[in-house]
Amino acid sequence: MKKNTWVNLGFQVGALILALLITTLILVAVGAPPLKTYASIVSGAFGSKDDVLEVLITWSPLLLTTAGVLVTFAAGLWNIGVEGQMVLGSIFTTWVLRLLQNSQVPPALIIVLGILGGVIGGALWAALAGALKTFGGVNEIFGGLGLNFVATALTIYLVFGPWKRPGVASMSGTQPFPESLWLPTLPKTELSLWALGISVLVIVIVYFLLRGTHLGLRLKAVGKNPKAAFLMGIPTWQYSMFAFLLCGAFVGLSGAIQVVSVYHRLLPNISNGYGFLGLLVAMLINYQALWAAPIAFIFAALNIGGVQLQIIYKLSSSFAGAFQDLLVLMVLIGEGARQRFLGKG
Amino acid sequence: METNTTLIGLAGVLAAAAPVLFAVMGETLNERAGIINLSMNGTILLSAMGGFAVAYTTGSLALGFLAGMLIGALVALIVAFSSITLHQSQVAVGFVLALAGRDLSYTLGAPYMNQPGPVLTSWSIPLLKDIPILGPLFFQQNLMTYISYLAIVVAWLWIFRTRPGLMLRGIGERPAAAYVRGANVNLLRYIYTLIGGALIGLAGPAYTLSVKAGWMGTQTGLDGIGWIALSITIFGGWNPLRAAFGAYLFSLLQWLGLVFQTNLPGIPSQVLQVAPFPLMILTLLLVNIGDAEWVQRSLAAMPAGTRRVAVRLLRAMRASPPASLGVPFESE
Repeated sequence: MKKNTWVNLGFQVGALILALLITTLILVAVGAPPLKTYASIVSGAFGSKDDVLEVLITWSPLLLTTAGVLVTFAAGLWNIGVEGQMVLGSIFTTWVLRLLQNSQVPPALIIVLGILGGVIGGALWAALAGALKTFGGVNEIFGGLGLNFVATALTIYLVFGPWKRPGVASMSGTQPFPESLWLPTLPKTELSLWALGISVLVIVIVYFLLRGTHLGLRLKAVGKNPKAAFLMGIPTWQYSMFAFLLCGAFVGLSGAIQVVSVYHRLLPNISNGYGFLGLLVAMLINYQALWAAPIAFIFAALNIGGVQLQIIYKLSSSFAGAFQDLLVLMVLIGEGARQRFLGKG
Repeated sequence: METNTTLIGLAGVLAAAAPVLFAVMGETLNERAGIINLSMNGTILLSAMGGFAVAYTTGSLALGFLAGMLIGALVALIVAFSSITLHQSQVAVGFVLALAGRDLSYTLGAPYMNQPGPVLTSWSIPLLKDIPILGPLFFQQNLMTYISYLAIVVAWLWIFRTRPGLMLRGIGERPAAAYVRGANVNLLRYIYTLIGGALIGLAGPAYTLSVKAGWMGTQTGLDGIGWIALSITIFGGWNPLRAAFGAYLFSLLQWLGLVFQTNLPGIPSQVLQVAPFPLMILTLLLVNIGDAEWVQRSLAAMPAGTRRVAVRLLRAMRASPPASLGVPFESE
């Protein structure tokens, strides 16, 4: 390995140690035993077969949102509207399933159409942010934020209004779909190999798209220096729009999977924050698709491992999130410090 | 609705807008200096929790508010250091801090959940409180609401009517020119980011010690408010008066949402409360669209008379961000 690689690695390990140090201080401050807490996160994620399955179930939507934002990041876009795009994916999937569930269409086809609906829903919502950016001059961060809120409100309206459960409407969501409309799972588990397979396939596609293709190269040129790319004859707005559409499609797929494979209904918090978490994963891996799968897996494990902390130590389940956030923060600051004090490289 | 009930409701709108106003004024200041602090949502939650915890432990409201401001300034310091000194993306660091602040507030705030803490009481201003209509509306409030009125006026005067304010606009628009004029651009950016952060941090305890008293973890209902404040800052076009209008409009729409809720039980209140967002997107579209290339092209194709009207209309709505927002400055 080159010397630079070792220096890089040193800074990353340093960032990890710093993040752990801070979270340990936090644990001491709230009176939870640090070592036992870390141990219970690990055992919560990998302690039993069910835990591991749970991690794998969480992995696939997170991997999809990560894959999506890697595309927009490549084009130099901060697609903060990713949460809303995922929500629209869930809404469209639910919509298609509701329309067809009492029809003569075979269930397998309904599921496929439902997933396709989710892809289209996510892409449309992303296209809206993209159009606002390219034709209206509205920064994608602010447009996206606004659209996130609209998407959440739309979900709440649907869950409490037109799609409300017969009898009582509640935050627990719409009437669950019949089991025939669930994505097939491994026997006696809730893990769908279909969901897992699709997610892995998508991240592989993104990896090769950004690494080896003409299209990916031009996308990155637009991201790195839009003016130069434009002068070289690359139609920049078309590439920005393409990045939004592709990201929206992948993220919409993630929302679709939440409906057909995880919750089997629409509920207000359907995205579970995986859109923002995907942005975090993308930042942590320095936008390199190669590392998306393992890091998204670790983040999924942290999420699942953190769930039971509330029961054991009366610790907020946000603790695992705090660790994720601090880790990314330390890596960003470490990277800045390395560039600043050791020169770029 | 009876006049009296309406007055009380509207006075409530003014009070409820106070925290948002602090945050929006703070963000307007640091964005004017060229630094975007995207961490607002996390900062507000963390300072809401921290301010409450300090006030609860010490019994002192003043210390609670101070603690909130200190937390806000500290988070802003991370943004300033990593962007000004380390040249990292302000958006990336701010975004991570937005999530970190939220998760930290829920984690660290667990011991203070649902505890009865001190609450800021209202204090009517003598004489002014007796003015018909205006008295009950503006002057029978609590101290934080009065300070929020002041914050708007002071921020506007500072930015547009003072020499340091001129310099502030300079370092956000043309830092190189300000540098030639003798401004220490990066030091000033640090200072404004810290002041802005302290104001954003004041928003937290303004909720937990006043508007929505108490800390209830995820049930506190403050998650999202920072993103809203960020939107209002943009809506306000970096002008404190326009931003204040945005904050009051938002607060008014929230209240109307609750009022309509009782009259139109079919629509959940969350839906009505989201009304500001499409409005915000539309505003952003209107203020920015004049710069779009296709608009310029179609303007050129218009007959002279129509064009003049259209150009004037677009220019009136226009609000450009500080030209160097988010761009690091090197003196060499």
